Amino acid sequence: MRGRCAFRICRGSEAVPATLRVTDASEAQHAIAGLLADGRTAEIVARATRRPYGRPLQTDAILDLRALSGITVYEPGELVLSAQPGTPLSLIQSTLAEQRQHLAFEPPDFSRLWGAAPDRGTLGGCLSVGLGGPRRPSAGAPRDHFLGVKGVNGFGQAFAAGGRVVKNVTGFDLPKLLAGSLGTLAVMTEVTIKVMPAPPSTSTLLLHGLDDAQAVALMGEALSSPAAVSGAAHFPAAVANTLPALRSAPGAVTALRLEGLPRSIGARLEHLTRRLAHYGGDCTLLDESVSRGLWVEVADVVAFAGASERPVWRLSTRASAAVGLARTIMQSLEGRYFFDWGGALLWIELAADSLAHQGIVREACIRAGGPDAHATLIRADEHVRARTAPLPPLAGSLAALTERIKAQFDPQRLFNPGRMYAEL
Amino acid sequence: MRMPAADPGLVSRRAEFLGALRRFVPGEGVIGTPEELAAYECDGLTAYRQPPLAVVLPADTAQVAAVLAYCHAQGLKVVPRGSGTSLSGGALPLADAIVVGLGKLNRVLEIDYANRCVVAQPGVTNLAITQAVAERGFYYAPDPSSQIACSIGGNVAENSGGVHCLKYGMTTNNVLGVEMVLIDGSIVRLGGRAYDAPGYDLLGIVNGSEGLLGVVTEVTARILPRPEHQQALLIGFPTVEAAGSCVAAIIDHGLIPAGMEMMDRLAIQAAEAFVHAGYPLDVEALLIVEFDGPRAEIDEHVSIVEALVARCGAGYLRISSSERERLQFWAGRKAAFPAVGRLSPDYYCMDGTIPRRCLPQVLRRISELSQTYGLAVANVFHAGDGNLHPLILYDASLGDQLDKAERFGADILTLCVEVGGVLTGEHGVGVEKRDLMEVQFQPSDLQQQQRLKCAFDPDGLLNPGKVFPHLCRCAELGRMHVHAGALRFPDLPRF
Ligand SMILES: Cc1cc2nc3c(=O)[nH]c(=O)nc-3n(C[C@H](O)[C@H](O)[C@H](O)COP(=O)(O)OP(=O)(O)OC[C@H]3O[C@@H](n4cnc5c(N)ncnc54)[C@H](O)[C@@H]3O)c2cc1C
Repeated sequence: MRGRCAFRICRGSEAVPATLRVTDASEAQHAIAGLLADGRTAEIVARATRRPYGRPLQTDAILDLRALSGITVYEPGELVLSAQPGTPLSLIQSTLAEQRQHLAFEPPDFSRLWGAAPDRGTLGGCLSVGLGGPRRPSAGAPRDHFLGVKGVNGFGQAFAAGGRVVKNVTGFDLPKLLAGSLGTLAVMTEVTIKVMPAPPSTSTLLLHGLDDAQAVALMGEALSSPAAVSGAAHFPAAVANTLPALRSAPGAVTALRLEGLPRSIGARLEHLTRRLAHYGGDCTLLDESVSRGLWVEVADVVAFAGASERPVWRLSTRASAAVGLARTIMQSLEGRYFFDWGGALLWIELAADSLAHQGIVREACIRAGGPDAHATLIRADEHVRARTAPLPPLAGSLAALTERIKAQFDPQRLFNPGRMYAEL
Repeated sequence: MRMPAADPGLVSRRAEFLGALRRFVPGEGVIGTPEELAAYECDGLTAYRQPPLAVVLPADTAQVAAVLAYCHAQGLKVVPRGSGTSLSGGALPLADAIVVGLGKLNRVLEIDYANRCVVAQPGVTNLAITQAVAERGFYYAPDPSSQIACSIGGNVAENSGGVHCLKYGMTTNNVLGVEMVLIDGSIVRLGGRAYDAPGYDLLGIVNGSEGLLGVVTEVTARILPRPEHQQALLIGFPTVEAAGSCVAAIIDHGLIPAGMEMMDRLAIQAAEAFVHAGYPLDVEALLIVEFDGPRAEIDEHVSIVEALVARCGAGYLRISSSERERLQFWAGRKAAFPAVGRLSPDYYCMDGTIPRRCLPQVLRRISELSQTYGLAVANVFHAGDGNLHPLILYDASLGDQLDKAERFGADILTLCVEVGGVLTGEHGVGVEKRDLMEVQFQPSDLQQQQRLKCAFDPDGLLNPGKVFPHLCRCAELGRMHVHAGALRFPDLPRF
């Protein structure tokens, strides 16, 4: 049996956290019992591709789940897949593709944004960060596809929640709570997700030369039409020119994605062009492969890859407030931006790093974005992330409730302490 | 069904509580006479009845907050209630509890077409949301069969589904935000009109929390543009197996129909006799498959299914050629519950979910159990997502039939779990499946859920006796240090 002592062997000098590598759920539970007994904190990590997200960690140990890997159940006909959390997302995606299925929530890969080589990381990491891609308005985020979980809480206790069927309301929906919790509540040891048939083909309608307000209005109209638009993004000229898929077209570009059977796409395109004709301007159609490439670039925010010293913000807001929000921020700060989710997601890359932009961006959210607008600092120096709150802060009863929930999962703050918020 | 014992001390202070509650909710908003309380003694699970201490019908969020803060201070239990259509006894009162009814909070507050959502008070009915946006060609997707009556607040509490949730998701996938009053009277907003919210996904756990975490006082629901066209296929099969294999073939082909419903022979016969939907009577299973979208897409999908159907051995196929015909196909399915209700004085509706491939095996076992218990059963099935609704026919006036029906039901749900499914797909646990929770979950699983409850409601005042087979003991859970999943309190008393 591997006991706590075995894990201790890996411990280096006091400054370097000991790495606890676990290969199955019972080892994970054992390792956590050890942490609990010693009062040691741990970073929960697998491929570490999402480390730049949230606040940097200083922990006593590293709980490495990379070897907790492998698809345990895949039943295409039931639309479910179970896997250990360290399973590479690329393996999951290629396995699904063989059955013409996919992850409808289109998980983004910010590696390039963070100056690293593309790496989709692991399924556990993807669920823990919980961000959805361009299909968010129509297909949801990881939370909407996260059906079941097995894990170990900060009491050292193994638990399961949810199930392995696509429709289930038995007990509290703990998978939703764990999605996006950045590993601060429990260590997941197996997860079950809903998988969907992949659309057989994709096409993208580009509309040229619209200003932000026109574009957001147009995207709103497109999303309000029965054409089942599954992606709606707008790139002002400064961003459009840098995207490989759009390079041939100078000026601002608005992109609408349609997916499904080719004949259906054709009919919907016709409907859309008719309905949107009153916006005027040129439109072009991207073919299948360029179209697919474009939406990967949108999901992965490739437009802002490269200049890794520049801060990048991700703002989630109601679409109707997006243009005002962008304008308000751009009045005070220099940078580039584009809209996804029909305007409800605003990506901003600022020209230079400083601490002042935090206040300006957050203040703009309050003044121009409405009560539900919030901003996440996705790219910033480690020292900036350590000294500030990259994730949107919570206030009042919500902050108190959040702390009470943390205490019911991980009262000793063993898991990723401070990763989400300094005090959590 | 045992419920937590009433506290005689609280019951004896009724007059005092009524007086105090009237200070927060004036006039007719506080109900205390036995005649009036009788209207609240049960929900859609009518086998269990219990008048509450009092019913309060607040008219706004501030009143809800004042009532909850008062109940919290007095240690009074609270049972939230929407329209009372729950089929799992979620809104069943307790003798020493206050029912907080949300029926007066029944206004649509805002229709926001720019962000494609509706902000509604919790007492607005599910259908009223769709009606409010129909003129502009929108609708609210989750469509429980009870949609003319059930409230959007109740839908959130139960995470309700409908025949179209295979393609469009359950309530939780269609709600962007809620305002909720916690038991101490504080008001929180979870989510809003943006697609995601900071911090933990509390909205995700409030959906389906069955009134145990707080009282929902406002819901922001997403609305979708109506599809251009809808078309349905009515397909009859000589065996349930053939119908099951056809469902599998459709999904395997990569199609996600807007709805895919199955009925067995008894359900078909009952529905046909009731509404004359034109169903064939010489089949063992009937499938309704509906597609929506642009004409070209529907045509292509329908022709794919036509080809698959022939290969699955279907003996009957009709494709709706008009909107009238499509609605007629649905008329029988939508009336299936009342139709079955005509066959017998009482029926008991079950709600387990199974992996679809287990359907033939599960239906075979259900029919064996039906023999054993001597009670007939009709099966209605959300075939696309594996959600079964066996309807057990019984007569409560005959000796032990209710008891038998309940045991039969418990056997069916246990079977669902055994084949890899779950106790409830959309109706919730409530009191009905409470004592079966240990069939699906280990003690440590339930403990983690109860810990979450403790973060919201440490005194266990919100809807006690529901969902969990043991009352939460937050103080003990907080202190408890468990190793390797072993429980320190294996003998916690049941109700
Ligand atoms: C004929 C019939 C058909 C049905 N068909 C379906 C179906 O197709 N799909 C389906 O999913 N369900 C169905 N149901 C079940 C039921 O209609 C749903 O569960 C519905 O969502 C309950 O809503 P309600 O307003 O009636 O809630 P209630 O029955 O009043 O309450 C249900 C639960 O929610 C809690 N609650 C209610 N309002 C609030 C609030 N504002 N805040 C906090 N907690 C609250 C209660 O405490 C209780 O636990 C059906 C029921 C009937 C009678």
